[in-house]
Amino acid sequence: MKSEDAKIDLRIDPELVTEILTRFLREEIRRAGFQHAVVGVSGGIDSSVVVYLAARSLGPENVLALTMPYKTSSEATRSDSRSVIESLGVQHRDVPIAEQIDDYFARFPDASRMRLANKCARERMTVLYDQSAAFEGLVLGTSNKSELLLGYGTQYGDMASAINPIGDLYKTQLYQLAAYLGVPEAIRAKTPTGDLWVGQTDEDELGFTYAEVDRLLALMVDRRWRRPELIATGFAAELVDRVATLVRRNHYKRRMPVIAKLSFRTMDRDFRYARDWGT
Amino acid sequence: MTPAPSSAETSTGPRGPLRVAMAQIAPRLGDREWNFRLHLDQIRAARAADADLVVFPELSLTGYFLRDMVPDVAIRADGPEIEELLAAAGRTAVVVGFVEESPRHRFYNAALYAEGGRVVHVHRKVYLPTYGLFDEQRYFAAGDRIRAFDTAGFGRVGILICEDFWHLSAAAIMQAEEVDVLLCVANSPARGVQGPKIRTAETYDHLARTFAQLLGAVVIVVNRVGFEDGLCFWGGSKATGPDGRTIAEAPMLDAALAIAEFDTAELRRQRLIAPLARDERLLLTIEELQRIKRLRYEV
Repeated sequence: MKSEDAKIDLRIDPELVTEILTRFLREEIRRAGFQHAVVGVSGGIDSSVVVYLAARSLGPENVLALTMPYKTSSEATRSDSRSVIESLGVQHRDVPIAEQIDDYFARFPDASRMRLANKCARERMTVLYDQSAAFEGLVLGTSNKSELLLGYGTQYGDMASAINPIGDLYKTQLYQLAAYLGVPEAIRAKTPTGDLWVGQTDEDELGFTYAEVDRLLALMVDRRWRRPELIATGFAAELVDRVATLVRRNHYKRRMPVIAKLSFRTMDRDFRYARDWGT
Repeated sequence: MTPAPSSAETSTGPRGPLRVAMAQIAPRLGDREWNFRLHLDQIRAARAADADLVVFPELSLTGYFLRDMVPDVAIRADGPEIEELLAAAGRTAVVVGFVEESPRHRFYNAALYAEGGRVVHVHRKVYLPTYGLFDEQRYFAAGDRIRAFDTAGFGRVGILICEDFWHLSAAAIMQAEEVDVLLCVANSPARGVQGPKIRTAETYDHLARTFAQLLGAVVIVVNRVGFEDGLCFWGGSKATGPDGRTIAEAPMLDAALAIAEFDTAELRRQRLIAPLARDERLLLTIEELQRIKRLRYEV
């Protein structure tokens, strides 16, 4: 191990993390008055880990995996989702979203592919929440810490959920957890993609790799290293600045809407209760 | 200069084998009635297990992340809720965590020790963490004393609450108080998962072992389990002997009523091997602290 690696140790004990997260899911779901969970499955590492955790925590019969393909969804997305669902024996429903998406954009033919990607993410969110009502379950979040910090997700889309078991794990750490949980090799080996359009990959779009940015984020966010210290340890100044800006600019996505304060007690400012209030 | 006999010297030491039940529970956040019934169940189970003392975690009657609920769940140490618990405990001594409202309407993160149906001591948490994920000073008033007390069965006992235990001065005061048993009631959330143990649990282990050996006392840490808004309380309650060895421990993460039985003769043996508290130069410490006080506060 290089000395730099010792400073940026992203290792986790996957068994310990699994012990915590399976209890987290069981308990937080029960407190909300439910026994079931609903997960949107994409065939990627994040949603796969969440389904594996949920199946282990609640039993596969209490987990509904939803596949919500758009017409551009890749064959890998479809087959990897299938392999997760089949290997776990969780419940499954396929709800394609192409019809309503295409119907909507027929009216806005000049919309950018980013608008299309965001609309798909939000369409899936509404399907998840509607299906969760039918299944009497909670929607589980699948955004990891890397994405949440970088703002690499759609607000009220894939970032929406009731509870999120993996939001404090970097992408790099999710691979360790995935291997422990037995997520199929094909899913762990493939290049991360939101499958937002044909050929899209996260790392192309972001302009850096998760392996690199996770190390930077761990020092910057968790250990609170300052800019000159980060540069001195070998990170390019441009990368440090770019990532710091992404973290700051996207903070709005991680917060509830800003409320104009008028009274003496305003939501989330001086009206402060835990979400688990009274449970 | 030979000090006058401390109250520790004049009080009766603990006698015989003692059984302490560590009630590692998962309270419901702000549901005092439900938690109260849970306490009654645990007390019943502890009595059935022949425990001399049952120790509940910090804020055991209320849960931890109370925020604006603090005034809604507050009670008084001499109120009917505590009275009912003590009646249920009978001859078993009890340590309970609660939000205490003072007559001047200050709210304290408090823990009481009671035996024979009588409250012997109330400790109000002195160190209220207000950093990182913690926000206690916003809601609680800080206690202003760290004192031990004499008990019928356990000799001289001290109570610290969670963050108090992370302050060397609190342990030093307890050493000067010559405690036989140091109780730490905690609501410690898990942080650090590189394993094999949760990092915060590791630190508690170090502190408990160190303090047990330095004080020549039994150290009992009782931590809760369960989740509040995604925070995982890790449990792992543990009794450590004066030699630093583990007497008994509860599981990590899961609720349990773990019994620690210890022979108080071990206190004598260990103090013969390492009479650290006896040799403590208390006056020297006091004089040095007074010098520091003059320098830092009186200039």
